[in-house]
Amino acid sequence: MTRIPRLLATLAAAAATVVAVTSAQTPASQPPAPQQPGEVGIVLNGERGQPPRLAVPDFIAAGGDADLAKELAQVLYDDLAFEGEVDLIPRDTYGSIPPARSFAEAPFDRWRELGADGLVLGSVTRNGANVKVEMRLFDVRTRRQILGREYGGPATNPRLYAHTISDEIHETQNQLKGVARTKLTFSSDRVRDKASNTVESRNVKEIFIADYDGANQRRVTVNRQLNVFPSWSPDGRAIAYTSYRRGYPDIFISLIYQGTMETPTKGVGQNWLPAFSPDGTRIAFTSNRDGNSEIYVMNRDGSGLRRLTTHPAIDSTPTWSPSGGQIAFTSDRTGSPQIWSVSADGLNLRRLSSEGYADRPTWSPAPYNEIAFAARTGSRFDIKIYEVDKGTTRQITFGEGSNESPAWAPSGRHLAFMSTRNARASQIFVVRRDGKNLKQITREGNNFTPNWSR
Amino acid sequence: MTRMRTMGLILGVASLAVVSCAKKTNTVPRPMPPPAASSGADMGTTPAPPAPDPPLAEPPIVTPTVVPEGAIGSKNLDELNRESPFSPVYFALDSFEVSPEGRAILQASAQVLQRQPTWQITIEGHCDERGTAEYNLSLGERRAVAAKTYLVSLGIAAERLRTVSYGKEFPFDPGHDESAWGKNRRAHFVITAK
Repeated sequence: MTRIPRLLATLAAAAATVVAVTSAQTPASQPPAPQQPGEVGIVLNGERGQPPRLAVPDFIAAGGDADLAKELAQVLYDDLAFEGEVDLIPRDTYGSIPPARSFAEAPFDRWRELGADGLVLGSVTRNGANVKVEMRLFDVRTRRQILGREYGGPATNPRLYAHTISDEIHETQNQLKGVARTKLTFSSDRVRDKASNTVESRNVKEIFIADYDGANQRRVTVNRQLNVFPSWSPDGRAIAYTSYRRGYPDIFISLIYQGTMETPTKGVGQNWLPAFSPDGTRIAFTSNRDGNSEIYVMNRDGSGLRRLTTHPAIDSTPTWSPSGGQIAFTSDRTGSPQIWSVSADGLNLRRLSSEGYADRPTWSPAPYNEIAFAARTGSRFDIKIYEVDKGTTRQITFGEGSNESPAWAPSGRHLAFMSTRNARASQIFVVRRDGKNLKQITREGNNFTPNWSR
Repeated sequence: MTRMRTMGLILGVASLAVVSCAKKTNTVPRPMPPPAASSGADMGTTPAPPAPDPPLAEPPIVTPTVVPEGAIGSKNLDELNRESPFSPVYFALDSFEVSPEGRAILQASAQVLQRQPTWQITIEGHCDERGTAEYNLSLGERRAVAAKTYLVSLGIAAERLRTVSYGKEFPFDPGHDESAWGKNRRAHFVITAK
C-alpha cells in the first residue's frame, strides 16, 4: 500500500554501506601509551583547561571536486558547532592560510598562529558513483595525528560522511554520542493536496523525514489524508503515526526503508498518538475504544493490550521514561490538562505539573531525567522542562509565536519543537536544552509535531 | 433552455405534491433516490412543445416548506453537505459543554434526522488553535460525543451517528482572532449516507 520513494531506499543502502575503516595509519601513528593508563583513546586538550579550539578548513579535493570538498567541511563544521562541545575557529578567518594539498603538508605553524589546538583535515575523492573520504584530526602543537578514519561508499548523500566524522570526533573526544546522523520526522501540509470526500477545502498533511539539520527532506506517506504525530522506532527504521486514511484516526507503522506497513490496532476503536517504548517492543497510545480517551500499551504487533488509565476525564499523549518503567501523559482529571506519570504496570499515579494547561510531555533520554512539555502562556504555548528528580520547572521559549510539541534529541542535549514565530507559519525548530542556539529546520508549507530518531 | 427549466419546475412541483400526500398517509417515508432521478430525466427528454409561460406563480404557498424536502431526495451527498440542513454547534474555549443555543440547534437537527430516517451522520469535533494539537484531538472527540449524546437523548438511534475528532487540524477559519477561534470550536455535521 505505502510505496516509499526510491530515494529513501537508496539512502538506506548508503547508510548501511558506510563502513568506518580504521586508517592503516591510525594505530601506528598513535603515541605508544596515553599519559593516563585508564584513559580511552587520545583526547585533544585546550590551553589551561579550556576546551580545545578546532579549525575545519575545506577538505582536500583529491579528485578535483572542490565544491564537494568545501561542502563536506562546512557540513562537518556545522555538525560540530551544533553539538557545542568544542570551540570552533570560524571558517571565514582561514583566508590567509594556504590550503593543504595532502595530509603531509598541513601548515601547522599557521594554524597555531590562528589559535588552533586541533586541525580537522579531510580529503574526498569521487569515483563515478562512489566516494572515498579520509579524515585526520591533528594536534597542532605536537603535529601528531590524534584520530584517523577512512570511509568508502556510494556518493548519493556525501553529507553522511561529514556527519559520521562529526559523530566520531564527538565520541572519541568527548565520550558523548553525537546526533549528526540522526533524523527528524514531522507532519507537513506542503504538498497542498486537498482532502477528498469533504465539501470544505482542507489541506491534508503527510509524514516527512529529514536529516537532523534539515537536509534531505523526504515524503513518507502518500495517502492524501490527515497524517500526524509521527514517532520513530528506536532502530530508526520505522515510523508509527496517526492517520485518517480510513476516515478516523488510527495507528499505522510504516517501515520506511522496506515500503511496508503494519496496522497493530486491528481496527479496534479509534487510536492516536503512538509512542514506541525505549526497547522498541511496545507502543503506548491513546484510544477511545472504551468510551473516552485513555492510555493503553500494546506489543508492537498489537498483542498484549493493557489499559493504563481508567478515568472519565481525558487521558492522552503518553511518553516513556528512558528505562521504560514509567509513562508520563496528559490528563485533565483535575479540570485542566496537566502532566501525570504512572508506572508501566498502571500503579503509582502522580501529578507532575502545576500549570494552567500542559500537554505533550516528552521524557528525555538518560542521563537526564526531564520531561519537556508545552505550557499555555497567555493565548499561546511555550516549551517548559520539568526536572523529575528536583520537581522544578524551567522555561526555554518565551512568547515568540506559539511553541508546541517538544521532542528530545537522543543525546538529551537538544530539542525539536514546532513554532509559529515566523509569520504565523508553523515550522520545525531545534534548540539547545538551555533554550539557546535556535535553528529553523523547515521552510516549505506548514510543518508540525516533530519527533527525533535515536 | 428557460422553457425546459420551467417545465422541470412544474413537473418537480407535481412530484412534490405526491410526496407530501404520501407523507400525510404515513406510508413508506419517501421514494428512493434512483427512481426520482430517472423519472426526472425521462420527463426532461420527453418532447417539449413550446411551454406556456404563465402558470409559474401557481403554487407559491406549498413550495416554501416542501421544496427543500423534495430537493434533498435527488441530491448527492456533496450537494447535500454543501447546503447542509445541519447547523454546527459551537463551544466555549476548552469546553465540550453543549450550550442552550447548541441544544436548540441539535433539536432542529434531530427533527431533520427524524424526517430523513435513512440518513447517517458523522459528527466531527473541531477545536481552535489555542489548545495543543495533541490534547485537542481528545477535546474534539469530547465535543463530537457531547453532540451525539444529546441527539441520542432526543431519540436518534446511536448507530446513525458516528463521531470523529480532527482537533485543530482542519480549521474552518484560518484567522488568529476570537472570531476565527469561535468558528473553529465546533461540532460539525456531515451526511455520510442517505
